[in-house]
Amino acid sequence: MTQTIQIKPITRIEGHGKITLVLDDSGAVSDAKFHVTQFRGFEKFCEGRPFYEMPSLVERICGICPVSHSIASAKACDSILGVSVPAPARKLRRLLNCGTFIQSHALSFFHLSAPDLALGFDADPSERNIFGLFKTYPSLAMDGINLRKIGQQIVESCAGKRIHPAWVVPGGVNKSLLEENRDFLLSLLPEGHAIIHRTLDWFKGSLENYREEIRTFANFPTLFTGLVNSEGNLEHVEGKLRFIDSKGATIHDGLDPHRYDEYLAENTEEWSYLKSPYFKALGYPEGIYKSGPAARLNVCDGCGTPQADQEWAEFKGLERGPVLSSFYNHYARLIEVLYSLELMEHLLKDPEILSPHVRSIARNNEFEGVGVVEAPRGLLIHHYKVDEEGLITWANMIVATGNNNLAMNRGILQVARRFIKNDKVTEDAMNRIEALIRAFDPCLSCSTHAIGGPNLRVDLVSPDGTLLDSVLS
Amino acid sequence: MRYPAFLQRIADRADVQPVRILTFSINGQAVSAREDETILSVARENGISIPTLCHLDGLSERGACRLCIVEIKGSPKLSPSCVTLPRQDMEVITNSDRVLDYRRKILELLFTERNHICSVCVSNGHCDLQALTTELGMTHVHYDYLHTRHAVDASHERFSVDHNRCVLCQRCIRVCEEIEGAHTWDVMGRGYLSKVITDLNQPWGESTSCTGCGKCVQVCPTGALSEKGKSVAEMTKRRQFLPYLKLMRGDESR
Repeated sequence: MTQTIQIKPITRIEGHGKITLVLDDSGAVSDAKFHVTQFRGFEKFCEGRPFYEMPSLVERICGICPVSHSIASAKACDSILGVSVPAPARKLRRLLNCGTFIQSHALSFFHLSAPDLALGFDADPSERNIFGLFKTYPSLAMDGINLRKIGQQIVESCAGKRIHPAWVVPGGVNKSLLEENRDFLLSLLPEGHAIIHRTLDWFKGSLENYREEIRTFANFPTLFTGLVNSEGNLEHVEGKLRFIDSKGATIHDGLDPHRYDEYLAENTEEWSYLKSPYFKALGYPEGIYKSGPAARLNVCDGCGTPQADQEWAEFKGLERGPVLSSFYNHYARLIEVLYSLELMEHLLKDPEILSPHVRSIARNNEFEGVGVVEAPRGLLIHHYKVDEEGLITWANMIVATGNNNLAMNRGILQVARRFIKNDKVTEDAMNRIEALIRAFDPCLSCSTHAIGGPNLRVDLVSPDGTLLDSVLS
Repeated sequence: MRYPAFLQRIADRADVQPVRILTFSINGQAVSAREDETILSVARENGISIPTLCHLDGLSERGACRLCIVEIKGSPKLSPSCVTLPRQDMEVITNSDRVLDYRRKILELLFTERNHICSVCVSNGHCDLQALTTELGMTHVHYDYLHTRHAVDASHERFSVDHNRCVLCQRCIRVCEEIEGAHTWDVMGRGYLSKVITDLNQPWGESTSCTGCGKCVQVCPTGALSEKGKSVAEMTKRRQFLPYLKLMRGDESR
């Protein structure tokens, strides 16, 4: 008899989700679905609002990566203004973005995933959390807290506050960087470097322990996409889109992000509020692609900063061709933190960073604008249309987590097939499914632009719809 | 009490209507006042604070917001101090529990009528309505929101009006009529369906009477009227012009 297992709610992720697993007559997992269960409707209720309000409105989608939303939104608004953003403002936006990457990646790696990585996927669930980590690996946990703090301090020093700052505006930013804040940020760098090198050494040394997880965490061929700069190096705020295939061959390069809708489309499934974007040319669901930290390192030709480049070379050496397993997102996050620290130093040492020329003023001159950035979790696209008065008439957002929806679903199936046996959701299987999702670091509140608390439930349901087993984590 | 200009000129003529001085008490404190001064104005002269929203020094009184209510001994109802004149030996209480409680409720009701979300508002941090919440100790809204949805009118070249943030204080109407002399703004509808309009409810950008002076924007207590292109929390209002204008026109006494 076929059965369905549901895991809900999923814990240690950002947002609300549940998983349904369908078992066939022999008790083997035949299908897996990752449901995002809330709906918020940002794209709809932004209609009628003035476009220059958008960067702050969309920041409320998320408390972790509001900065990414505000930069993507401001870039879309820049296009609506039809002006070029002053170079110092573009540098300040990149600096701010370094802060958000550091704090968000630190949260994902240390607070959410390190309990699995350090204490083991089979550790007692009551201990397998940030508090358990503090008991057993206090210095690792402290490193996480301190690294996240550095990221938050960067955001605060630039934008005035840590969460939901109203600093990035259409045409630039609304205040220049103070010299004392520049000096303060430079003083944070040594500690940041010490933490990230310590953590990279520890993580690389323990990769052996995760062999099964590496083998099964969404480890299958897909396309990869990410922004790269004019030299083909890693880029988070500007740059053009590149797609590569599972062998590493470049399919498209130098794609103008404004024309995203020519190669990406979104599919809606009735069982989730999270849409599934796919690569148009390959159709749905064959157009599955991955976005995010590991995908970015896969598509770029290097990081463009010396230390991160060394780590990138080591990362690329893990496999011939692109690194397929999504488990390596953890690794890629650490490398991106290092890259962000190096980039930040480069930007802070540029005298132009203190320039007061940080905003271009204009009214709405265009009727449409697209803003694309790399958010910590992947590609983030904001697309607005306005009327003659500058009021939003239509908005579309493809958020970072959504890009990986197809890959997460297929990844769950892969993990479930490996770890679920005898139609019971055992604790270790349960946690590995959750850990797979954590490897993508999805932000479900972002992904549906939806509300909800962090949790996951797995339900096991028979083909006639009867609930056989249900586990709360 | 201030009247429309043509009536005020008569009211101000001391030969026709000699002004009497009377004495009364506010919170037990003996005060004296001209009979044509409002309780609000006497209280402020004597350092007694009464919260206000629709009142603005330099404009006529309207009594629209009701936040300045006070208790008058012997009267069962609460009276708006901005439009109530004192009487000889009147006993006024501005800070009883009953008054404070009603003021908070009035403020909460203002929040329920429209969409006042400070965090995404151009006037965040520079808003009279927001400041009142801390002044009056409002922590929650205990009534259901109406969730009305009003369109933003951004047809004017430089300014926009977001009715979702309007509290119907009518400062814009008064400044336009009394100071600028254009009377572009007025109000239509009744009760909570009331709405400020430009000319005969035409888009602001098509108004033939609007001079584009922007006084209405500067006196607006919230983010309802703002300069276009201002992002969240960037809209600071400059109201210094009001006393200067009144002074230079030689009608500061009104």
